[in-house]
Amino acid sequence: MLATGLIVFREVLEAALIISIVMAASRGVQGRGAWIGTGLLAGLFLSCVVAFFAGHLATAAAGVGQDLFNAIVLLSAVFLLGWHNVWMQQHGRELAREMRQLGLAVVSGSRPLYALATVVGLAVLREGSELVLFLYGVLSSGEGTGDLLLGGLMGLAVGISTGFALYLGLLRIPHHRLFAVTSGLILFLAAGLSAQAAASLVQADLIPSLGRAVWDTSSLLPEDSLFGRLLHILVGYVAQPDGIQILFYLITLSVIFIMMQVCRLNPSELKGKA
Amino acid sequence: MKRPFDLLPLLALAGFITASSAAAEPVSLELLIRDHHFIPEELTVPAGVKVKLTITNEDATPEEFESRSLKREKIIPGKRQVVLSIGPLDPGIHEFFGEFHEATAKGRLIVQ
Repeated sequence: MLATGLIVFREVLEAALIISIVMAASRGVQGRGAWIGTGLLAGLFLSCVVAFFAGHLATAAAGVGQDLFNAIVLLSAVFLLGWHNVWMQQHGRELAREMRQLGLAVVSGSRPLYALATVVGLAVLREGSELVLFLYGVLSSGEGTGDLLLGGLMGLAVGISTGFALYLGLLRIPHHRLFAVTSGLILFLAAGLSAQAAASLVQADLIPSLGRAVWDTSSLLPEDSLFGRLLHILVGYVAQPDGIQILFYLITLSVIFIMMQVCRLNPSELKGKA
Repeated sequence: MKRPFDLLPLLALAGFITASSAAAEPVSLELLIRDHHFIPEELTVPAGVKVKLTITNEDATPEEFESRSLKREKIIPGKRQVVLSIGPLDPGIHEFFGEFHEATAKGRLIVQ
């Protein structure tokens, strides 16, 4: 029961943390609940579809289909998170003005909620399909359905509570700083996901590792400890990173960061400089 | 004026790439999963070469091959076969396990 709970917790945690960051980043935006809820449901549905076809996926591309799939899912999420941050920089001023006018209550306008909703869907899909496979395996081997249910619910509850705690923590941040904080969180989240994608591609032997375990902090902070895991998800902490993971991380971080700086300049400033 | 020496770094790079790909002649290994156990439970590979590990799951239920020190994590659905690339590694011992049946599915990879 405890083993089941732990596995469920591990698989749920990443999606729960990503959803809480996305919820905080879209605070006060009209219709965000519907968008993010749709992303979540779509992710759950697709998890079942992917789990159903897992056999085909695993043997596809000469046995590395799953790694390839994971890398695509991760890199899509990275792209959308980057896109969201850049868009927000571009429109941040208008939004700030609007928020002041409306007394912070509701922010209308076409913020890229579809991007955030898709990120939620991808986050759920990635871990969800593995979870569905695992639960299906346990169920079909008949190892006590009651234990499974209890363990699974426990894992789910603890995972969701952790995400909720992060969300509540983020809500304590003053409104005028929340945007900067969530942008920063999304920036590091994207870089970390990019490094995970690199690991998938190395495992599939599609890209070189450029050096194994460039540093080793696994005795200092093991990646499978709770704190290590949280850091792994939030800022991409890896105890024994490959060279290529560091490269993916730094490139993602700097590309999104530079794009954010470039897009922060508004048209009048650009004209003034020309 | 042309400067033929500009070719030198390129040649050096080409040489490096050829040399490194020649050094990485991969070793193929097979691993079975039966009744939630790995067969064999101990694998031995030479140090400094790439390893292509083919894992066949003979059980009807899925398993996840996982090794923290190798940084590998891969699902093998029931009755399927997947391929995993490892290394090149330094001499040492790496533990691996099946995440979905951690009590029985255990093994280690010895690099010499």
